[in-house]
Amino acid sequence: MAETDEERAKRYAELEASYPTLTAEEYTRRSRRSVLTGGAAALAGLAGWRWIQNSPEDRNIPAPLRDVHEANEALWRALHRDNHLAPTFDSSRSSMMRVNGRRGIDNEIDLASWSMSVRDEGEEIRTHTMDAVLELPKQEMTVEHKCVEGWSHIVTWGGVRFSDFLEAHHPDKLASPTEFVSLETPDRGFYVGIDWASMLHPQTLLAYELQGEALDQDHGAPLRLVTPLKYGIKQLKRIGVIEFTNTQPADFWGERGYDWYAGL
Amino acid sequence: MTSTLEPDIDGPAPPAAKMKHPRAVRWMHWINFPLLMLMIWTGYRIYWADLRDPFVLGVGDYSFFEFWPGWINENLELERRLARGMAFHFSFAWLFTLNGIAYGLYTWRSGEWRQIVPERGTLRDSLQVFLHDLGIGRSKPLPPQARYNGAQRLTYSFILVLGAIEVLTGLAIYKPTQLSLLTTLFGGYESARLIHFGITIVFLVFFVVHLLQVGRAGWANFMSMVNGYEKQKTSSEGSHHG
Repeated sequence: MAETDEERAKRYAELEASYPTLTAEEYTRRSRRSVLTGGAAALAGLAGWRWIQNSPEDRNIPAPLRDVHEANEALWRALHRDNHLAPTFDSSRSSMMRVNGRRGIDNEIDLASWSMSVRDEGEEIRTHTMDAVLELPKQEMTVEHKCVEGWSHIVTWGGVRFSDFLEAHHPDKLASPTEFVSLETPDRGFYVGIDWASMLHPQTLLAYELQGEALDQDHGAPLRLVTPLKYGIKQLKRIGVIEFTNTQPADFWGERGYDWYAGL
Repeated sequence: MTSTLEPDIDGPAPPAAKMKHPRAVRWMHWINFPLLMLMIWTGYRIYWADLRDPFVLGVGDYSFFEFWPGWINENLELERRLARGMAFHFSFAWLFTLNGIAYGLYTWRSGEWRQIVPERGTLRDSLQVFLHDLGIGRSKPLPPQARYNGAQRLTYSFILVLGAIEVLTGLAIYKPTQLSLLTTLFGGYESARLIHFGITIVFLVFFVVHLLQVGRAGWANFMSMVNGYEKQKTSSEGSHHG
């Protein structure tokens, strides 16, 4: 049976009648106490705000915010699963991407003489040419590239899995992994640090193609890092050095106020 | 000896104030206010980082309004500071979320939801209240209400649902790979971002209307969100809005 308007009015009246009441005197006392409590809470909030703003900076943001970045990192690293994949798209939905930064690649290089140094805690262990990459199975992947600035763009990459590269050339590292991988441009004008799990993810590529064509220098020729697990600020162009390390690597944008992890 | 025939002038005075907002709701309301302002401000810092392709309100090729027109930022000389915006946004989002969860649990467990969820008749009531507020049909009595009238039930419930969607779309944009199911649920990254932004605009509109209505409803109503009790009028009339 539907409730009539009269029944509803009665129910409302009963509900309202169930609430306690105060005398004028009690009300005044209560108001005074509430205003004092509220004022104290507002001051505490303001003090907390000023404490954050006046805290010493840790890599360009107040230290408490850096601490939260690190707590967030611990949470999302714990939740990382290799089988959680970034959505992929049909390549027909992809198009050429803008060039958003030239740090570390602002001069043209001779691609023929390019090589990539692989280091372990600072010690060079190998130098690779493009052949070491091109001999591995090629992966094509159409994913959404996301920038910290908010824009995103669906692009098609071609390259090899970093995990395949390790398996082929540095299998000992698969057996005894380090916590981080550091990547640098040849001139060290740009550098990033990435956690091991993200590097080993099946969608993390050493890429040499964009939109079905060889990378141009503005997009990181001859070889760049691509991973939909990180914002673009981590996807270093023109790899010069790859280093395995257990010390958290320096990170260009991480030093400038951004989250070191920058995971997606 | 008091005679029963004489008026009882020393008897219990009529209640001066009646309880309106429970302590928990008042705390959560006032904690939410600065948190939401902070989230909106830091959210705009993120949004402003890339204005090459702004969100535009329009139909087809015709646009009414661009968020935000360039002159707003130029005139206010607002700093962008994206990294700081992200750091604040991803820190305080947890507090905003926890406050929302606490509110949801409290409202559910305490039975307070009975005062706020829309029910049969709410839509009809809210239309009448809306017209009344515009000065139309004031000769008709307002529909019966408990703490909130129909328009308030509808608006507050809507805003609460939007708050939950705002948190979920926020997570969908924050971790689009690790939480890709959630991102897909909102139609993908771009779509989740647009919903997240759109809800923020609705919050801003709500905020303005809320302030106007609280101003109209008067001091006693405002104080009830501070001390929990609303001072009763000697001759009761009208409805309260907030």
